[in-house]
Amino acid sequence: MFFWIIQRDLLLAVRRRSDVLTTLFFFVIVVSLFPLSIGPEMNLLRTMAPGVVWVAALLASMLSLGRLFSSDYLDGTLEQMLLSSQSLSILVLGKALAHWLVTGVPLALMAPVLGIQYDLSVDALLVLVISLLLGTPVLSLIGAIGAALTLGLRGGGVLVSLLVLPLYIPVLIFGAGAVEANMAGVSYDAHLSLLGAFLLVSLVLAPWATAASLRVSLE
Amino acid sequence: MLQGINLACVRGDRRLFKAVNFTLEAGGLMQVHGPNGSGKTSLLRMLCGLSSPALGEIIWCGTSIHDLKGEYFANLTYIGHLSGTKDDLTVLENLRVSSALAGERVSEAQARDALAHMGLNGREFLPAKVLSQGQRRRVALARLLVCKTKLWILDEPLAALDVIAVQLIQELLERHLAEKGLVVMTTHQAIDVAAASTVHLRLL
Repeated sequence: MFFWIIQRDLLLAVRRRSDVLTTLFFFVIVVSLFPLSIGPEMNLLRTMAPGVVWVAALLASMLSLGRLFSSDYLDGTLEQMLLSSQSLSILVLGKALAHWLVTGVPLALMAPVLGIQYDLSVDALLVLVISLLLGTPVLSLIGAIGAALTLGLRGGGVLVSLLVLPLYIPVLIFGAGAVEANMAGVSYDAHLSLLGAFLLVSLVLAPWATAASLRVSLE
Repeated sequence: MLQGINLACVRGDRRLFKAVNFTLEAGGLMQVHGPNGSGKTSLLRMLCGLSSPALGEIIWCGTSIHDLKGEYFANLTYIGHLSGTKDDLTVLENLRVSSALAGERVSEAQARDALAHMGLNGREFLPAKVLSQGQRRRVALARLLVCKTKLWILDEPLAALDVIAVQLIQELLERHLAEKGLVVMTTHQAIDVAAASTVHLRLL
């Protein structure tokens, strides 16, 4: 069932490539705007890079949250999911994982190319990718809670950002912190370990919270 | 088997219905009648466990459905107003995915048979977005052919269907009832389904 839902969501993403590409291009454009507006000041750009890339990743992943449940909600598939004899948390976990595969992973793979604009070293780019790969699934999992809570509300898109962005802050701090630590020449293990810990906690708690919110939203 | 005791439904500060009681035995059909806005869909969603009644209890085989949860869902097929068809998937994929969600693995051949039976022969590989309302309905109802559940809860299954499709659904319901299945449905159209016992529930 878990794999069915991932397979279905990936198939839907392939059929609607524009949704995936808009998120990715949003990320590319936001990250590229900063070097263009600031000019070729290498030191300044290098200091800014981790923060800018991470903030852009947060916004891009949030941008796609609206679609996570809304289309299933509108066509009635979500009702069927609630009536599945399988645990709803497992289905939600599958959906969040599929969301990460189509938004988080492309962002993480695109980041090193964009990082070149900021004159980041190869080492720093590598840490950036690792931190994004650890951090973006947390964004999808936490975002799913917000998306489930605001399901069917008018103006839910703005509300979801108000709900979810504060919860993203720890991920942002340690994600960007890992890259900064690497550039400063100190160990970044602690940052990555904490990101990993966030991931484990949200893997356990977020699907359960999302399932509960979905049941409330559909009542 | 399915029993409703003193059910009441409140939406906002309006009470849609109260003191609804019924008992449905194996092989029984319950038709819910009532004008628009009388709470038919709310009652059916309650029977599915999608929402909980303001008062009263729903009993399946002697146990409250609130305690059964997944075990009850495994016995249930609900087809609501929203057909649950995905515009971007083909007809065949839609049927296989929705059956998989209901916990029934359907092979491609089985799915094609079911679709052919519903008169969708030759349209298996069309994306659902090009279908008409009636055809979408047929895709949703094709699930009844592949899912072997005991209780069917159908909200306006005949909406948008043509005469031939209504005939098909009637036969399908009769076969299910003859096999000791249970059906709860609402409809505004006249349909004459032969059943071991028929309960007519009227909401005001």
